[in-house]
Amino acid sequence: MKASNLGYRLGGVLIISVILALLSDAFLSASNLLNVLRQASLIFLLASGVTLVILAAGLDLSIGANVALSACLAATVIKLTGSIALGIVTGLSCGVVIGLVNGVLVTALRLPPFIATYGMLWVLHGITYWYMAGDTIYDFPPTFRALGSGYALGVPVPVYLMLGCLVAGGLFTRYTTYGHQIYAIGANTEVARLSGIPVRSRLNLVYTLSGAMAGLASVVYLARLNSAEADIGEPLMLPAIAAVLIGGTSLFGGIGSLSGTLVGALFLTLVLNGMNLLTIGANWQPLVTGVIVVAAAWVDIVARRRGEG
Amino acid sequence: MSAAREKRLPTPFLPGVAYLLAGLLVTFSVLAPGFASVPNLLNVGVQSSILLLLALPMTLIIMSEGLDLSMGAMLGLAGVTLATLLVDGTSLVFAAGAALAVGLLFGMANGWLIVSLGIPPFVATLGTLGIAQGLALVATDGQSVVGIGEQLPDLYASRWIGLPFSILVALVAYGVFHLLLYHTRFGTYVFAIGGHREALDLAGVRANLYHVAIYGVGGVMAGFAALVFTGRMNAGHPTAALGMEFDAIAAVIVGGTSFSRGDGWLPGTVLGVLAVGVLKNGLNVIAISSSLQVASIGLLVIAALLIDSLRGRR
Repeated sequence: MKASNLGYRLGGVLIISVILALLSDAFLSASNLLNVLRQASLIFLLASGVTLVILAAGLDLSIGANVALSACLAATVIKLTGSIALGIVTGLSCGVVIGLVNGVLVTALRLPPFIATYGMLWVLHGITYWYMAGDTIYDFPPTFRALGSGYALGVPVPVYLMLGCLVAGGLFTRYTTYGHQIYAIGANTEVARLSGIPVRSRLNLVYTLSGAMAGLASVVYLARLNSAEADIGEPLMLPAIAAVLIGGTSLFGGIGSLSGTLVGALFLTLVLNGMNLLTIGANWQPLVTGVIVVAAAWVDIVARRRGEG
Repeated sequence: MSAAREKRLPTPFLPGVAYLLAGLLVTFSVLAPGFASVPNLLNVGVQSSILLLLALPMTLIIMSEGLDLSMGAMLGLAGVTLATLLVDGTSLVFAAGAALAVGLLFGMANGWLIVSLGIPPFVATLGTLGIAQGLALVATDGQSVVGIGEQLPDLYASRWIGLPFSILVALVAYGVFHLLLYHTRFGTYVFAIGGHREALDLAGVRANLYHVAIYGVGGVMAGFAALVFTGRMNAGHPTAALGMEFDAIAAVIVGGTSFSRGDGWLPGTVLGVLAVGVLKNGLNVIAISSSLQVASIGLLVIAALLIDSLRGRR
């Protein structure tokens, strides 16, 4: 993505921040801003994996359901063994396995990505509800909870995770052959294949990474909520995809960046946080997120047409 | 890719879904004694009828290489509109008209976003899913709308020529869609939009108009399904129908309609709806939790797509 584009998007974040600061006294308080960063980091963790998939002209609709199952399994393991490390490993591995299965469905079995991951969504949804049977697993050790709700040097712990993933992901997409190949596949799969890029194995990689990021997000989310229920992943899918689109990653693949997704996650969180501060009910959230998804997709199309014309 | 893959196979082919349905029927008859009784099979029909109302337009949408993820949410919003008007004492006809209008509006909006703006269908309808769901939640504050009077529940409970109302509605809807798809110009264009879009444009047909209309029909049918659903629930609920679009998509895919080349078969969709209905009901009878039923339908879709792909039809 061109730097100027990112500039416009950052401008949008600034404008909405100024509006919120004018409308609500609570907005500019340090605790609220840190809270915004904490929320944005969760959305970013999920959205960064989706960004890679969309860059390669794929789609992953299963991330929300992935988070739910991974979090519930991680919660079970922590409760059973008392080991935080084992719980984290469980959440991450569950996410990775789901991502890998998505990859196999898309590459080896050649299912359209949106329908393969949409089917996966409902398979995971069913398994999670069956497994939890209406139960809630709650109350985890404080050291685990610190992952989601703790602070280090005055900054929420998830923010460090977000920055770590941003730097690692940025280096990966920008400076490695793998990263360049992902862009190439998204820009034109056929050309990429003919140029000798191992398309299937790279696609497997991006779906697995998306699953891994969902696994990581599930651990952080679990630590923050301090409880696991079957439905915890449901409100996450739409915001994550919205963040990717607002961040300027094109739905048609090949164009976009993780830094854009970070800006998208910030923008979306500011909007949702602002609604919260202005005491607009949570019932409005799907409506607003839906409008943002459609608007962002439309902007992508217009920009694309202008680029071609 | 290969020449064989490109070759068009004739539709209708001998559908795998027929074997699947027969297999499910036999399996559950053996496993569950209560399954193969007339009241239970009638129950499957009643349960499947609302699904068919959604799966019929979904067939046209998928044939046009599209998708509508917003149908369950549209049904919810139309149902809430209907129930709210009925609670206010509006006549059933007016309230029903309003529900259909809500569906039509959202369906046309889907079509406009997808056809005129060029937004990929799954993203556009994911957005309108959020919008419709949000509107329904905001309008009802997340609560069920109860006290809709006797008229609609009575209509739902009525029997016509020995058949439950909802089955009769489903049969009529099938008849209308069959005529529409196979015996009108609109139907021919539906096949062509997924298969030979260029040819339509070259022939001077306003393909975009018909393409938008396909999604409009989807919205209207979601509104129509809301009438039956609200009658059955005796209330309007903002989120009860969420996810129903997945059953509809599953039924269409299992029924042999393909995501590409305008390859669709309406009787296959009926079989697909019945397969989904039988699977859910049968798992219910042998006491498998409803959550695993959802998962099993997910697996059913993936399996159907696999078979489709192995046959080299995609």
